[in-house]
Amino acid sequence: MMPEVEINNQLMRLNLGPSHPATHGTLRIFVKLDGEFVEEMKLEIGYLHRCFEKMSETHTWTQVIPFTDRLNYCSALMNNVGYVMAVEKLLGVTITKRCERIRVLLCELSRIVDHLVCIGTNAVDVGALSCFWYFFRERENIYDLFEAACGARLTTSYTRIGGLMSDLPDGWIDWCKKIVKQLPRTLDDVDGLLTHNRIWIERTKGVVKISKERAIDYGFTGPCLRACGVDYDIRKVHPYYDYDKFDFKVPIESEGDTYARYLVRMAEMRESLKIIDQALEDIPDGEVNISDWSIVLPPKEAVYNSIEGLMAHFKLIMQGIKTPVGEVYSYTEAANGELGFFVSSNGEGRPYRVRVRPPCFAIYQAFPEMCHRQTVSDVVAGLGSLNIVAGELDR
Amino acid sequence: MTETVTKSPAEKLPEFIERFKDDVVAIADYRGDLCIDVRKDRLPEMIRFLKETLQFNMLMDLFGMDYAKYGNGLSGVAVIYNLYSMPTRRRVRLRVFLGEERPEIRSICDLFAAANWFEREAFDLFGVTFTSHPNLTRILCHHDFEGHALLKEYPADHYQRLKSAIPSTEI
Repeated sequence: MMPEVEINNQLMRLNLGPSHPATHGTLRIFVKLDGEFVEEMKLEIGYLHRCFEKMSETHTWTQVIPFTDRLNYCSALMNNVGYVMAVEKLLGVTITKRCERIRVLLCELSRIVDHLVCIGTNAVDVGALSCFWYFFRERENIYDLFEAACGARLTTSYTRIGGLMSDLPDGWIDWCKKIVKQLPRTLDDVDGLLTHNRIWIERTKGVVKISKERAIDYGFTGPCLRACGVDYDIRKVHPYYDYDKFDFKVPIESEGDTYARYLVRMAEMRESLKIIDQALEDIPDGEVNISDWSIVLPPKEAVYNSIEGLMAHFKLIMQGIKTPVGEVYSYTEAANGELGFFVSSNGEGRPYRVRVRPPCFAIYQAFPEMCHRQTVSDVVAGLGSLNIVAGELDR
Repeated sequence: MTETVTKSPAEKLPEFIERFKDDVVAIADYRGDLCIDVRKDRLPEMIRFLKETLQFNMLMDLFGMDYAKYGNGLSGVAVIYNLYSMPTRRRVRLRVFLGEERPEIRSICDLFAAANWFEREAFDLFGVTFTSHPNLTRILCHHDFEGHALLKEYPADHYQRLKSAIPSTEI
């Protein structure tokens, strides 16, 4: 303990962020320290608030899709899927099997990317730089796949209400198989570097812990909840897109600390690979879009050569999709946990309200409690493992 | 899922409906989502009953909603509580209309730790006052922000100039 602290009997105040390298985004953490230990912590969020929900109300249903990319930008595709799924639920439409399968495939690739980023940067924060390079090489490869499918690496906007922007390009499946094949080796490499690494274990085991009961009380979902020993994965308990037909396990750890969250994410990536392998085996043939022209744009040939096609195209662009009066809540298992979209329509062509339930909003709230009597360096290690993405937190 | 779609909405949570029948305004089952409109006076009691007796142990979401321009017979600000039961895998949504004037409702922070930030957000964006909340301050908007951004009366293209760029030292 520092002598001045004892003499003055005062706690030292320290401000981290909002633009601190370890916060990976604009988060402000304000701590009162007793020596090196956190006595009190306050959080300030909102630095990345871009009025997503307000903006959605002034755009058509389809125009909201690009905004969803900017929520959790580490796994934009999962936000795209989560949002369009909510609108499809409101419309009561069923998408094609091929579209479902492609969405599953891209969601699982996104989950892997998200976990790669999370573990990679978490390791950098505690001083292990090499894992970051191993992981980011794979991330770039997967981003190449996304780019080939939709033209963008980060801000994908690939889904459309009732389908996808376009079908996968020729040769994509084989390319994907090739890239996915390399992943286990990278995971083994990082596994070898971290899992039994004395320094990594000392820096993460028992650090920034939360109990099962508190995690549920705070509304934890996703890997952070499963690291506390709760078996809750929406893909298993409320399956969507035929997730119940895939053979995969839900990794569970019981400690609820940074190390447990690391183990869960590592295991989850291997499970996602299993799903991808099965999904790549038989992608159903057929169309990716439903054939209702009041929801999806007609094919270009129809727009240029028929009056019906032209009118459908014009009405959809100018007036948007007409949704029935009602409210629905739709939820998917995103990389961080339950990503929920509540959409409300009063029967006009625009959303009346789009509410997103970002998984890390609930998780980050528990951070001061988790950090009590931990050191400042533990705060940094713990923060990385919670995978707080400011875009999603502040919306 | 433990429930079947053939059940009528009222049969989905009979214990709850029976116990609070005087305060339940409407029950809807739209696209498989159970949504119950309730009066605000006994809301904390309802949430406690759902949590302690019916095992709805997770507050998944809590948010405000402004029905001012919704039409279809609805108006005013509402708060929506989205609860999930881990043991029974059921979900329910409670919707509470807070009337036209100053929207106010009792906080449920003592029941769910998760409620704290969600209620602050509803206060920030909709101006809902949650009584007995431990720290009801703005969370997403700047502390100098005037008005409540997600109310329908707040214009989407309205900008506010920041009075001071100095951040608060105590947060």
